[in-house]
Amino acid sequence: MQWEIVIGLEVHTQLSTSSKIFSGASTAFGAEPNTQACAVDLALPGVLPVLNRGAVERAIKFGLAVGAHIAPRSVFSRKNYFYPDLPKGYQISQFDLPIVGQGSLTIQVPTATAGQTYKKVVRLTRAHLEEDAGKSLHEDFHGMTGIDLNRAGTPLLEIVSEPDMRSAAEAVAYAKMLHTLVRWIGICDGNMQEGSFRCDANVSVRRPGAELGTRREIKNLNSFRFLQQAIEYEAQWQIDTLENGGTIQQATVLFNSDIGETRAMRSKEDAHDYRYFPDPDLLPLAIDNEWIEQVRGTLPELPLSKQARYVADLGLPVYDADTLTSSREMADFFEATLNEVPKEAKLCANWLMGDVSASLNREDRDITQCPISPGQLGGMLKRIADGTISNAAAKEVFKILWSDGGNPDSIIETKGLKQMSDVGAMEAMVDEIIAANPAQVAEYRSGKEKVFGFFVGLAMKASKGKANPAQMNEILKRKLAG
Amino acid sequence: MRSKKISSVELTQLYLHRITALNSKLNAYITVNEEMSLVQARAADVQLAQSKIHALTGIPIAQKDIFCAMGWRTTCGSKMLSNFIAPYDAHVIEQFNRVGAVNLGKTNMDEFAMGSSNETSYFGNVKNPWNNNAVPGGSSGGSAAAVSAHLCAAATGTDTGGSIRQPAALCGISGLKPTYGVVSRYGMIAFASSLDQAGPMARSAEDLALLLNVMAGFDERDSTSLQRETEDYTRDLNKPLNGLRIGLPKEFFAAGLSADVAQAIEASIAEYKKLGASVVDISLPNSRLSIPVYYVLAPAEASSNLSRYDGVRYGYRAPEYTNLADMYEKSRAQGFGEEVKRRIMIGTSVLSHGYYDAYYLQAQKIRRLIAQDLSKHLSNVTSSWDQPLPPLPSIWPRKTMTQCRCTFPTSILSR
Repeated sequence: MQWEIVIGLEVHTQLSTSSKIFSGASTAFGAEPNTQACAVDLALPGVLPVLNRGAVERAIKFGLAVGAHIAPRSVFSRKNYFYPDLPKGYQISQFDLPIVGQGSLTIQVPTATAGQTYKKVVRLTRAHLEEDAGKSLHEDFHGMTGIDLNRAGTPLLEIVSEPDMRSAAEAVAYAKMLHTLVRWIGICDGNMQEGSFRCDANVSVRRPGAELGTRREIKNLNSFRFLQQAIEYEAQWQIDTLENGGTIQQATVLFNSDIGETRAMRSKEDAHDYRYFPDPDLLPLAIDNEWIEQVRGTLPELPLSKQARYVADLGLPVYDADTLTSSREMADFFEATLNEVPKEAKLCANWLMGDVSASLNREDRDITQCPISPGQLGGMLKRIADGTISNAAAKEVFKILWSDGGNPDSIIETKGLKQMSDVGAMEAMVDEIIAANPAQVAEYRSGKEKVFGFFVGLAMKASKGKANPAQMNEILKRKLAG
Repeated sequence: MRSKKISSVELTQLYLHRITALNSKLNAYITVNEEMSLVQARAADVQLAQSKIHALTGIPIAQKDIFCAMGWRTTCGSKMLSNFIAPYDAHVIEQFNRVGAVNLGKTNMDEFAMGSSNETSYFGNVKNPWNNNAVPGGSSGGSAAAVSAHLCAAATGTDTGGSIRQPAALCGISGLKPTYGVVSRYGMIAFASSLDQAGPMARSAEDLALLLNVMAGFDERDSTSLQRETEDYTRDLNKPLNGLRIGLPKEFFAAGLSADVAQAIEASIAEYKKLGASVVDISLPNSRLSIPVYYVLAPAEASSNLSRYDGVRYGYRAPEYTNLADMYEKSRAQGFGEEVKRRIMIGTSVLSHGYYDAYYLQAQKIRRLIAQDLSKHLSNVTSSWDQPLPPLPSIWPRKTMTQCRCTFPTSILSR
């Protein structure tokens, strides 16, 4: 019998402000412990929080990017619990009145067939602002625990989806799309190793059409691979449990990436009563239309809109459009290259997704670290497009541009990579070849067309690879026909 | 001082001598630090010599021990903070430092400002200078007693539900609870954040005005600070009271008001009328609800505000414990006094799942009703009578509910 997996994600994105959400301390990663925690972050007696305008702006930006309602009035609440790395004994978060309301995100989910995807719309429940806690360090303290409060007060936007995803692949596609989007609009650096983008996955299983099953929440998944593995393991565990006559208890679970298993951390019975109430130190957050419109003016063209434009206006396949919009930098690079050869979108796409990406991957670089500029690449593609060089010669030019830089035209010139397009010279070559290989000519003329390749090889060799292949083929065919 | 008859150092020493002589009896101060006070007094004398002066330059002011003052032990009347040296200045302290006033010491108070008789202080009772068998009121009892007994020129207090007004009345001095937001709460240790407000305590209305001029003003570090044009509170001090309409809430003068207090009030009203004010009777029908509202909201906020005292980063930590939970439990059980623990329990309870709607939310709604009552009248009258002591202070009394009924409604107006 069939099971349906139901997944909703809660993603914590660290907002890219330079100071904390309620204090002026720096948010830079990797400083010496407790050197970036001021009186407010340490929760000294008498200190008060003051909201960072930049964090609010980033939340508005996100809301606009997912077509959500921006609340004209939202409220910060206190979530009360004791933990050593939570200095105030409460976390300032948003509870019943979040800044961002319902929105949606369109994702492309890969299928088993390479290059094939399907489209799906995932609904967003809400997104709210909150502060991060500090870190407990359990090593190196000989039976004691160290507390580093550098991270305490770092601004987070928690983005909550509806339980709309039906497979680990959909969950990963959603998380990746969200990851692309937050970097695209410049509100989060997306660095998963440093914890700037962390996922919690709510997973349940049910018979198709049945009521939602009991969910378990997998906490703190900080890579797409772990997200995939954890959901797959968890869903299978729930199915096995139910098929063996067991029941699922609501619980919070942790994923152990070493053994690839999830394990319950606390059950619903141990769940905290957080005693949420509006923080009396902070006034309700009021956002007027003017502010929203001002932020809207700073939004770049969004990936989805670019994708649609690439397909409709440039005639690119969906797969190409999707790949080229995987990051804003990639899209910018593509558009700058296209600017040099405006009619050659597919040629630009092929080179970016082919040789450029392969070379970047080989050297573990991203597109911003590409040694070839869009101007250089476009200059080279222009010469392919106008027939000056062959594709084979272009690969040569590309290698030189990659390692030594320079101007594509001068490289073509100095390396003598120009295609031969002198018809008379090519005809003379072909005449010579036909004269020198009568046996093969006879074969060809008797109907063995496979021999054609043999002649092409000889012709290219004679021209030292510079002959325009299309032209040379045409001449060969004409002369061989007799 | 301006006519060079006395220097700030001499005046500071004078008060310090009086403190040495009398504090063992009154217990008005928790911490006195002669050296730190005299450093400020010497600096003030330099300023006085250069005529770069403000009305309060060189004047020794006692600070309630709820304000963080850099380098000063700041206890909030609690064992929990008995070892806490503040590493920064509260806004109020900064403001006094800016005009060259002298911090004379930190005054005793009910623990975390929870109390109205100064009996909950970890550092012992404060005695009323007028009658050592009577309480000085609270929670700003140390400041009230110090002003009253000339152990300082003036003092600061804080008022959450009457903690300036009631001790000022009980010690026979003047005290003012400003409108919420007038004085920044930055660096003032929180009890109930939506109600807490700092204010001056002194020997005259003029002194109150001079102090408030220094204390008031917008501060971007407190999100609830009011952005208003700078006010000179001394401006109208000597003007006649013509046009001032005083509202007398009839509910404040009902049962529980003792005959002698009633008489004193009558006399005051007569005096106000003589000075040109008119008096109108008003009704605040919901004011009786201010007591239950206060005892839900203030503990709710306090239970959360006091969570930071967990023994982890500063303050008291139990000497022995077995694990983290045990450290929390023992540190808080040993570090907090009974009244504080009681209010944390109440506050935790009214915010808990299943009780929030019935208590916290309900109290917020009633708070709005009470505020509406008051706002309605304040558009018609220029001031409402907020008399904090229906019966005169008996011997070591707990504050009676009738007293609270008179101070709570105006506290609750704050938002």
